[in-house]
Amino acid sequence: MQSQRDYVLRTVEERGIRFVQLWFTDVLGTSKAFNITPAELENALDEGMTFDGSAIDGFSRVQEADVLARPDPKTFQLLPWHGRDETVAAVYCDIFNLDGTPFEGCPRHTLRRTLERARDAGYTFFVAPEVEFFYFADADAAAGPRPLDAGSYFDLSVDDRSSEVRRRTVLRLEEMGIPVEHAQHEDAPSQHEIDLRYTDALTMADTVMTVRLVVKETARHEGVHASFMPKPMAGVQGSGMHTHVSLWQGEHNAFADPSDAYGLSDTAKRFMAGLLHHAREITAVTNQWVNSYKRLVTGYEAPVHIGWARNNRSALVRVPVVKHGKEESTRVEYRAPDSACNPYLAFAVVLAAGLRGIEQGYELPPEAGGNLFDLSGPELRELGIRALPTSLKEAVDEMAESKLLVETLGEHVFEWFIRNKRAEWRDYNVAVTQFELDRYLPTL
Amino acid sequence: MEPLVCFPEHVPPVVGAALRECGLDFRAAPSGEFADALEQTATKDGWAGAVVSATDDLSRALAFCRQLRRREDPVSPLLLVIADDQLRELQLRDDLFDDFCVLPSRPAELAARLEHLLWRAGRSTAPDVIEHGPLVLNLETYQAAVAGRVLDLTYMEYELLRFLAAHPGKVFTRETLLSRVWGYEYYGGARTVDVHVRRLRAKLGEEHAHLIQTVRSVGYRFGQPAWSPVPGQGGTAGSPSTSGSRVGEASTAAADGVGTARRAPLSQ
Repeated sequence: MQSQRDYVLRTVEERGIRFVQLWFTDVLGTSKAFNITPAELENALDEGMTFDGSAIDGFSRVQEADVLARPDPKTFQLLPWHGRDETVAAVYCDIFNLDGTPFEGCPRHTLRRTLERARDAGYTFFVAPEVEFFYFADADAAAGPRPLDAGSYFDLSVDDRSSEVRRRTVLRLEEMGIPVEHAQHEDAPSQHEIDLRYTDALTMADTVMTVRLVVKETARHEGVHASFMPKPMAGVQGSGMHTHVSLWQGEHNAFADPSDAYGLSDTAKRFMAGLLHHAREITAVTNQWVNSYKRLVTGYEAPVHIGWARNNRSALVRVPVVKHGKEESTRVEYRAPDSACNPYLAFAVVLAAGLRGIEQGYELPPEAGGNLFDLSGPELRELGIRALPTSLKEAVDEMAESKLLVETLGEHVFEWFIRNKRAEWRDYNVAVTQFELDRYLPTL
Repeated sequence: MEPLVCFPEHVPPVVGAALRECGLDFRAAPSGEFADALEQTATKDGWAGAVVSATDDLSRALAFCRQLRRREDPVSPLLLVIADDQLRELQLRDDLFDDFCVLPSRPAELAARLEHLLWRAGRSTAPDVIEHGPLVLNLETYQAAVAGRVLDLTYMEYELLRFLAAHPGKVFTRETLLSRVWGYEYYGGARTVDVHVRRLRAKLGEEHAHLIQTVRSVGYRFGQPAWSPVPGQGGTAGSPSTSGSRVGEASTAAADGVGTARRAPLSQ
């Protein structure tokens, strides 16, 4: 710890850093930050910075409002988007109570707790998300979203402004040491995808937060607006965050079994069974907004039914085909999460559901053949295929009954989250939408 | 750096504390005949300097200083530690010491004087620098640069690069790197190493990414293999550039090294 601390302090001095941003995340996955000067940094590293948590979503408590932000020096990094004369660094913080115990509302703690459970069982959890988002001309809600181009999947067009913005974003991410596996124009106009190279889940959750910030900052710099809204436009694809996951035991991929017809180990199958079994309970976390459920509809690349398959993009859990000799890249793709989730909590509940499957030895149902979208209700019922929640209300009701979720999130986050989401649903319910105006105002 | 010689044998606590604070190696001169004492304790490269405490016995201390100065290879710099009431004894003895410190004093002051003295004598303990081709690591300031460009590294990236660069040509397994660089507090398992190597390569940039080489089914190596081909012999194995024992960490180093060197010739 001492040398990590020295590293941070020395770098701040050597690089002439004027401000250090202390970053943390609220329960809904919004980035929060406060700036401190280098003079305050030493104290922040040693003792943490006290601040009033009552204004932060999910941090408020009855008795005590003050909490402590303690920088995790391992995450200290310089931010490349500030000019040479204004060098700014950032460091992720863990939130503690004033008595030094971990604060139960801190999403990093929630994920770390779940990772420790995996570690106790001998596993490390790796995650590689595909982050989708849109570029729009501006953030004017009244005017509606205006895409920058009419390109689509894998298009190579020379004067595509949004692709240029994305290219700059990827370069900046690489500069920050965030390896991008792949970046492409997605299906919808101005929709883009950045695939991140796998890493451990805590680092990846930090990385997703950084990526969202870099995407937004770079766009702002180019005079456009980047949005992770799950479904900003009707009639085109929404923005998902398909998440590839794998468990490892040391240097060995615990999901791989070359002798199996699917290349999957029993561990992988039970993990998948856990995901399918608890899918409805974890959806409120992986898809936490009213708008999230406009994405989870039939006819697009988003999942609707709870099934698994290899080459079937309508399935909730997909097993990507692994090249021969590349068994170590065996993984499972969970396709429900959207880019506007809280990555700490989303990774935590996905892992918890999978671990439960392993602990309880759940049986994996047969692979769902064919396009699940084509099947009728009775056919799906006969196959035992359930559907994901179709609204935030349904998802929250499902979550409220889940023991797995209380255990994973802890009572503080669990109760706050349900309260907050029920309030969001109430607000939505009383709003008169554009749909209603368009349809009813002229005729009724 | 060579050790410092200290007098008398029983080093005053404040002097000992100061030396430890600077991280300096020192040996106390045993009592007895000065010349013998010095030769007994001398290392083959001599002394980096001396700290002589006169608070117990002024005349013996000054005699020791004189002895140090009269050697064929005079010991310098020399810090004389005296008591408050000994100040006037310094008069006309300027040739015997390079600086002095009056007790009582705090270890921190003594340490600062000692470091400054050593720095003026060109024996500075810092900055410690690792240089390898275009890569420079300043261990004192924790800064790294490649081809003059400063790298923005996280702590773990810096530590990994420092560890690898301190052992050029040596192959390390992921497990070894994990235990030596990360210690116990990590969530990533052995694959964490791959992730960090990937990040480091991205930051080094395409041109310098090859500084960290993947050794298939073993792990990673920094820079050229310990066994390098002799230039002009078409890549056949030549004499080891370092002692053979350094290859011990991974037995495939030699065989793989030849192949790697062929892909990235030494001459570049």
